[in-house]
Amino acid sequence: MTTTKPLDGKARGSLIRQAFAAMPHFQALGMELGKIADGKAEISMAYDERFIGDPETGVISGGAVSALMDTTSGAAVMCHPTGTMGTATLDLRIDYMRPATPGQRITAHAECYHVTRTVAFVRATATDEDTDRPVATATGTFTIQREEGGKK
Amino acid sequence: MNRGRPEPVQVIKQRRDAALTSLVDGVPYAKFLGISFDRRGDELTAVLPFDEKLIGNQMLPAIHGGVTAAFLEITAVIGLSWQMLWNDIESGDAGGDMALPRMPKTIDFTIDYLRSGLPRDAYARARVNRSGRRYASVHVEGWQDNRQRLFAQATGHFLMPQRDE
Repeated sequence: MTTTKPLDGKARGSLIRQAFAAMPHFQALGMELGKIADGKAEISMAYDERFIGDPETGVISGGAVSALMDTTSGAAVMCHPTGTMGTATLDLRIDYMRPATPGQRITAHAECYHVTRTVAFVRATATDEDTDRPVATATGTFTIQREEGGKK
Repeated sequence: MNRGRPEPVQVIKQRRDAALTSLVDGVPYAKFLGISFDRRGDELTAVLPFDEKLIGNQMLPAIHGGVTAAFLEITAVIGLSWQMLWNDIESGDAGGDMALPRMPKTIDFTIDYLRSGLPRDAYARARVNRSGRRYASVHVEGWQDNRQRLFAQATGHFLMPQRDE
């Protein structure tokens, strides 16, 4: 994701919201942005039969959960206070703890817990309505684009 | 073993293709993304035709990282199931109207993003590096225009479905 000028505080938040809302795949999966501020982001996705991975159980595909985790992690990087112009995933590892309960909404929380000039480190957790038992966790590294028109 | 005349090639192809179709049709999310599989003998190539709804970054534009993750994961799961089923397909025990066994479950999946996914069709192939009674390890390579220039690769561990004792 790339924006055209440096962002600060609230302006960053609303620009990120606009950018995400316009993202075709964000819309395709019916994702909804929750809180995004200070390197932390929340995005959720309603249960949808089109996203099923195993029809015998009706459980959502790991791939759809991955897409949610990747998007939420990217949002966490974008809203980090040091000001990121754009980001792309370098590496993402997802651990699947248990199948998400069919019919329930899945919510991901991501935290960008460290940044260097060029790299952001993120961890994320996805839960269904039983928020005490995670469905999946993820750790990832993301590129950071600092300057306008600059290379990643 | 009965060494009679080999089965006609069309019969074998039909059985293999029927098994593959029921395997892939069993994953609604694969259909949602538009993923299909090409088969040459037992070798599968997953194909993800480009579509607007797969875009994550409109500026570049680039395929969403989550789409890439899902594409490689589906390629891994189908590739692993396919290998698991192959002997049954060849012996004629699978591929007809028979219900397929359960799918392997993903334990973990690690995606290495090498280049941004261009607004073009993408391809992927899975290699099962280890497949035991309980666990399997699968590596997947994804590319677009050039087979040698991967845009992403991934490794995942899977829990194998327990087959009838």
